[in-house]
Formats: sequence, C-alpha cells, structure tokens
Amino acid sequence: MQRIWRVCATLATIATLSGLSAFAAAAPPAPTDVSAVDVPGDGGAAIHVRWSVPAPAETKLAVIERRIVAPVKEGEAAPADAPWTEVARVDAKKGAEPGYTVSGLPNSEADRHASDQIVFRVAFIGVDDQQTAFVEAAPVVARANLILFKKIPLAIVCAVVFASVLGWIFLARSGGSVRIRRIAALEAIDEAVGRATEMGRPVLFVPGIQDMNDIQTVAGVTILGRVAKTAAEYDAKLEVPTSRSIVMTAARETVQSAHFAAGRPETYDESAIRYITDEQFGYVAYVAGRMVREKPAACFYMGAFYAESLVLAENGNAIGAIQVAGTAEASQLPFFVAACDYTLIGEEFYAASAYLSGERDQLGSIKGQDAGKLFAAAAILTGVVLATLASFTPSGPLAGVSSAFRAFFGG
Amino acid sequence: MLRRTVPILILASSGLLLFVSAFSPFTVGLQEIVLKWFNILAAVAFVLGAGNLLAVNLEQISSHRPGWAYSAITLAAFVGTLAVGMLKVGAVPNPMYPDVHFAGAHDDPQAPFGWIYGYMLVPLTSTMFALLAFYVASAAFRAFRAKNFEAILLLGTAFIILLSQTAAGMFLTGWIPEDSVFSFLRLDVIKRGITEYVQTAGMRAILIGIALGVAATSLRLIFGIDKSYLSKT
Repeated sequence: MQRIWRVCATLATIATLSGLSAFAAAAPPAPTDVSAVDVPGDGGAAIHVRWSVPAPAETKLAVIERRIVAPVKEGEAAPADAPWTEVARVDAKKGAEPGYTVSGLPNSEADRHASDQIVFRVAFIGVDDQQTAFVEAAPVVARANLILFKKIPLAIVCAVVFASVLGWIFLARSGGSVRIRRIAALEAIDEAVGRATEMGRPVLFVPGIQDMNDIQTVAGVTILGRVAKTAAEYDAKLEVPTSRSIVMTAARETVQSAHFAAGRPETYDESAIRYITDEQFGYVAYVAGRMVREKPAACFYMGAFYAESLVLAENGNAIGAIQVAGTAEASQLPFFVAACDYTLIGEEFYAASAYLSGERDQLGSIKGQDAGKLFAAAAILTGVVLATLASFTPSGPLAGVSSAFRAFFGG
Repeated sequence: MLRRTVPILILASSGLLLFVSAFSPFTVGLQEIVLKWFNILAAVAFVLGAGNLLAVNLEQISSHRPGWAYSAITLAAFVGTLAVGMLKVGAVPNPMYPDVHFAGAHDDPQAPFGWIYGYMLVPLTSTMFALLAFYVASAAFRAFRAKNFEAILLLGTAFIILLSQTAAGMFLTGWIPEDSVFSFLRLDVIKRGITEYVQTAGMRAILIGIALGVAATSLRLIFGIDKSYLSKT
C-alpha cells in the first residue's frame, strides 16, 4: 500500500513539474519597442500604438490598455492611481509594422483635457492563451490638428463648386448670358392664385414642418414672398399655418413685406399667419381639417416634409385644389409628384428664389450650380471608365489609379 | 440699415463658422455655441407661438365663429397640459429628495404628464400616421392608371416590386434555379436590379442636384446676394 502511495506521489510530482515547464514554454516573450504616437491631421481623438514581436511563432494576440493621466512635466512619471482601460485585442503580428490605431478617445472637455497625457501598455497572448506582462509606452498627448486630413478631398470639391458658383455670379454681373429654362411649377403660381381669386376661396401655403435653421424652410419662405405678393395684387386671402414659432415670425415679415411691395399694405392680415403646434401629426390634423372645411382653391407646400406630405397632398387633391409642391426631401418627392399638379424637385426648389428674383447675380449662381453638376457628371464618368479598365488588369497601374480616385471621393 | 445689415452679418459669420467647423476641429466649440444660440432664440420664440395660439383661439371662441368648439378643446388641452407639466401635478417623488415636490420628474410614465403623453398624444398621433395607409392606396390608384407610356412604365415597375415582395412572387418564379441562365427572370432578381441600379441611379442624381442646390443657396445667403428672407419694410 505504501509503495502504491509512493508511486502516485511520484507521478503527481512529475505531472506538476511537466505542467509548469509547459506553462513556462507557452508564454511568448513580452513585446518590445512599444511606442505611442499622435495621429496627424485628426480631431485629437486617435493615437497609433506600435510594438515589435520577438517571437512571432509563439505570439497570437496583443492586448492594448490605456489610462489618461493629468498633465505631467517631461521626464516625470505618470501618476499610478489612474485606472487602466482595455482598448482592444488585436492580431499581434498583422502588417509589416505591427500596431493599432486607437480611435474614438474621449475628447470632450468633461472626459479629458486636450493637454492630458495618455499612457498605453501592451501585452501579448501566446498560442496557448498565456499572457505576458504589460510593457508601457512613453506618455503621449492626442492633439487636435488645424485641418482634418481626411476632409481635404471634400474641401477641394467644395472649392471647385464654390469657385464655379462665384465665377458665374461675377460673369453675370459683367453682362454674360444668364438664360434659365422655364420652371413650370413657378410659372403656375400666378395661375393658381388667380384661380383662387376667381373662385373666391383662400390660398393655403404650408412652409414645411422644420425650423428656420433648415435651409428648405428658408427656401420655402422665399417662395412665400412671391405667392403673397401675387395674392396681394389679386386681393386673394392667403393662409399660412406654421409648426414653428420662428417660422411664423419670418412668414409674417415676408407677407407684410410682399403686401408693401404690391402697394396694398392695408390688406395685410397678421392673424392669417398663425402658429399651430410643433407636433408633426397635430399640425397635419389641423391643416387637413382646415382644408376640408375651408376648401382652399390653391395649395402650396414648400419646405421640409416627412410622413405628412401625402396626407396634405391627398387632402388637397380630394378638395380639387390646384397644388404646387417643392421639397428637397428625396423620399417625399414621389408622393408630391403623384398627388400634386406641379412639383419642384430638389435643386429646382433651391433655384426658385433666384429664378423668381430675376436678378442677374442670383441667376448666375444657378448657372454655377449647373457647372458643378457638369463636374459631378465628369467625375462619375471618369470613375466608371477607370473602374471598368481596372477590372481587366486587376494588378496593373490602372487599378491603383482607380482605387486612388475612388478613395479621393470617399468610396 | 440695421434691420438688414446686422442679420446678414450674423448669418454670414454663423454660416462660415459652421462651414469651417466641418474641416477644422478647432471651430467645433464655436459651432456648438452658434447652435445653442439658435436653441435659445427658438425657446424665446416659443412664447410668441404660444401667445399667438391663445390669442387666435380665444378670439375664435369669443366671436362664436364656425368651429369655435375645436378652439375650446385646443385651449383646454393646451392649458391643462401646461399646468400639469409646469406644476408637476402628481409627479413621482425623487428618491433623493422625497419631501420636495418639485424634485420629482414631470415626465415619468407614472406621472399625469407622462400619462397624457403616453395614453393621449401617442395614440392620437399614431392614428393620424395610420391614416397614411389609406392615402397611399388612393394616391397609388391614381398614379398607376396607364394613361401614357411613362404611366405604363410606372405601373409595370410597381407591379413587379409589389409582387416580388409577396409570397406569390416566390411561388411564381422561385422554382427557377438561381445558378441557371434564366435566373434573371426570377422576380427577386428583377426587383434587386430595379432597386439597386435604376432607382439608386435616379435617386443619386436627385441627391447630387440637391447638394449643389444647398451649396449655391448657402453661398447666396452668406454673401448677402439673396436677401429675400429679410423684410423690406
């Protein structure tokens, strides 16, 4: 019996020792040359962490941790009480120079000051899932740069479009041709208001459901000026229910101004431009009910619209009103096209202000807009040709040009 | 002069700031300030809106115009909700300060204000939203009438898309093997072709036009070329 116990104890000792030796053999060497550098041309929320792998065959993953410490003087150690946070577990050997870009660092004032130093540390996990000790990099500061490098292509495109718009404005000023095609929906304003006058019914103008900080509302209020002027000239009653208080104020100013311009200030009725509610469907319920009861002969929908677009347009259709709509909400355009007599589609809606003003400066800007469209078409065509040619020679130089072109435009 | 120059200056500086903040992180703080200013303005303007709502509806009731009962209901709902919300009527006590009445959350689902929102406003708005289904049906009925070539194209496309979204679509063409030369006849393949190529191309063309329109309009406003939004009086 004693002999059996002795054999068992020997076997257990051998097993334990062999296990320990196996553990010691499985742990890969710790990372070396660990460094952290600020990513250039970003908003101050990214750091690139690098390391070297002494034994690639034994190493599997890299564990990256960070802690944000208060500003410290150069050469001083970071305070040790800041907590460590795991950032990522990544393939330790990926790429010629193994590393990982830590993005999305907390950069709001509440979380971190711009001058706070961040300390990163890296450990490896071996093929047997054993982890090495952490190795710290020198503290680094994630600085915000003056310009975001990744936005430079967008800035170039914007510069081209702006240059073309401003260029055409100056050309128009100096007497260049600014002939613009006829926009049927805008020509129909007089017809619609005239019809309402003949029928003795009001004109309804809905400036969308967004506030004045939405450029669609600004465009809508601009068109309201023209509708109000025509209504004042024809002595038609104009109603403008609004879903935002500021829009109500802006609409009142615009309509009053239009009445002055038409030489009929005494016909301006402030109470016809009223605030209803900010609530989307509450507003729709009011406008739809009003349409059914008052039966306006002409309805204008100009601004930002969402799910309510079809409710309004269908009600207008049911009461037999002549309807003109304009919006830049691409998802609502089909509904307006289906239910209204005339629709200003996207860019036409924005061009309306310039078109109605008839001023050379403003008409020139529409020409510049068209030049921007030509630029977009040329870029699309070039991209298509390059991608097609690159597909025939995937490893040739054209493939590189094609992917660079695509990357430039954010593809 | 002040009525026109000052607004244009405010608009130009705010517009340029918002534009630059898209490219430079240093101006993001200023951009947030501009947006906060707008929110403050909107909050102040809301008083104007509420005043207008009261004035219009009170006038409607006092003169007994047709539909004055709707105005009475609107006013009762407005004043009632405002009072319940601002006075925190029946607000659930704050666990940290159980004895302080105004420390409780006014919009807790258990509080009357939350109750009004959850059981009155939400069902009413949902009802309005649900009506959309009937409006879609009536608009589709009118739009899909085969009056001319374009309408026939629209009708045909709508028919394919609608059919491919139903079980009938799979029943009719699902038996065609996906790897056969006739797989292009499968309704799901035709639908994918229409939505991914035809529709996307058209939609992108509209979106590019809209983006350019926004850029041109913004420039006109920032440089004071378009002043039509300002009062001329």
